Amino acid sequence: MEYLLHILILIGIYTILSVSLNLLVGYTGILSIAHAAFYGVGAYVAALMALKLQTPFLLNLFLAVIASGLFGAVVGIPSLRLRDDYFVIATFAFQIITFSILNNLVDFTGGPLGLPGISQPNIFGFEITTHVEFLVLVIILAGVTFWISNKIVKSPFGRLLKAIREDEIFVKAAGRNVSDAKVKVFVISASLASIAGVVYATYITYIDPTSFTIMESIFIISIVIIGGSANLKGSIVGSIVLVALPELLRFIGLPNSIAANIRQILYGALLVIFMLWRPQGFLGEYKFGKESAARSKK
Amino acid sequence: MNSLLKAENVHKSFNGVNALNNFSCDVHENEIVGLIGPNGAGKSTLFNVITGFIESENGNIEFIGKVITKYPSHKIIKLGISRTFQDLRLIKQMSVLDNILLCFNNQQGEELQNIIFKSNSIAKVEEENKLKAHDLLRHAGIEEKANDLAGTLSYGQQKLLSIICCLAADSKLLLLDEPIAGINPEMREKILTIISELPSKGKSVILIEHDMDFTMRICNRLIFMDAGYKISEGTPEEVRNDPKVIEAYIQ
Ligand SMILES: Nc1ncnc2c1ncn2[C@@H]1O[C@H](COP(=O)(O)OP(=O)(O)O)[C@@H](O)[C@H]1O
Ligand SMILES: [Mg+2]
Repeated sequence: MEYLLHILILIGIYTILSVSLNLLVGYTGILSIAHAAFYGVGAYVAALMALKLQTPFLLNLFLAVIASGLFGAVVGIPSLRLRDDYFVIATFAFQIITFSILNNLVDFTGGPLGLPGISQPNIFGFEITTHVEFLVLVIILAGVTFWISNKIVKSPFGRLLKAIREDEIFVKAAGRNVSDAKVKVFVISASLASIAGVVYATYITYIDPTSFTIMESIFIISIVIIGGSANLKGSIVGSIVLVALPELLRFIGLPNSIAANIRQILYGALLVIFMLWRPQGFLGEYKFGKESAARSKK
Repeated sequence: MNSLLKAENVHKSFNGVNALNNFSCDVHENEIVGLIGPNGAGKSTLFNVITGFIESENGNIEFIGKVITKYPSHKIIKLGISRTFQDLRLIKQMSVLDNILLCFNNQQGEELQNIIFKSNSIAKVEEENKLKAHDLLRHAGIEEKANDLAGTLSYGQQKLLSIICCLAADSKLLLLDEPIAGINPEMREKILTIISELPSKGKSVILIEHDMDFTMRICNRLIFMDAGYKISEGTPEEVRNDPKVIEAYIQ
């Protein structure tokens, strides 16, 4: 039972990550490979605050969101004024730099040994300790993330993002500041991703840099693509499929070491299969990416 | 007559080829200026420079008394200049209505903080804009297409839609790049009528068009350009009978 709850909590965490990334990759058509870094920023800010200053959960959550958004602005403002491919490279650099800082700033982040003993959330005196309580917490936070994201994509700003994905020049001619809109959605996406990090850190109570690698970024991108670009519900479906499916491998009775490898192969295979036969993902209307924005033939 | 747009000595070259050669022009309020000239004369480049899509090397552009030469595009356009493109541009995967809605200028709903805290007033503005968009579509005779994807319209209807998008922005100056090229006569007449009505609504137009006869019909003034130079300027009659223009057309 705890095991099942654990899987559900992970699905909730990946829902936060993939819904927030979908704003950027799916709706706006710009690719970031730094999503795990923002996830990590959230986790480390919350963990360090809790460990060093014993500040309460909600304050840590708030600060993590702000810090992640600021990092998003620092990465996005210079690079999003240039071409989209420079942006991809900038996010790649940020991902690598973040990982090395977490890994090498031993005195502060614990380096490869990570940060153990992170306190569990205490919200106005209410301690969150059991799996059920964490599940409720993650459902609420994933719900908030989904609600905000849904508000955004349904708003005129969301319409602007979709238009940018299709034809920036038209949007420019409509008198809109394209790079400004891209920076805004990138900052929002980064901020929301950090929420997942805060939950993860306080749930597992231990974090180390290996949870926030570029492989993790690619995993989140896979969820977005397989669930469906530019479809928020698709990201929930994608999270369920990609988190739960590998767990099934355990039931076949494969040893853990082999299961881990097979998991990687499975993600890769799924991505290839979807790219070939269902590029719009489970629920998406659009293919992933910019030039392929054409509605796929049904 | 009040001057709306004033371009002075605008210069732009691409790889040594002068697309605009110390080009100057004036547009007054409530007039339609035809910009004619052979392919490669620099007409589209002039639009790109005015709207900030391409930076000029030299020269000065003023719009409603403001020097806009170094402004970024979005700022120039928000001041009241709308444009279409020679290679038709629309958001083809969005509905006709959404394309128009995208071009209205009063979008509180594009500000993030408003999305969360001002949903009601955003919804209200959206409803008002939708009504206005439907009016524009009705006036243009394609209201029944409102919910179709823009990409599914015929080429002529798409060109019409790109002009409707400019109208939604309610700009003082419209830069229309070959709006009637390559479309059927019926749609052409419709578009010409819409353009010819604009001065009475307080708007000015620069119209790029190859066909002398059409420009003669609706333009108050013509500018003829070739190889980045302004060759001739005046009433349609004057320009048409200018020997330099006749010579260029014969070549
Ligand atoms: N972005 C560009 N890059 C390079 N050359 C260009 C560009 N835009 C226009 N040109 C060149 O500038 C000249 C004028 O082009 P253009 O303004 O499109 O002419 P027109 O619209 O009058 O047919 C042409 O020689 C064209 O090849
Ligand atoms: Mg041209």
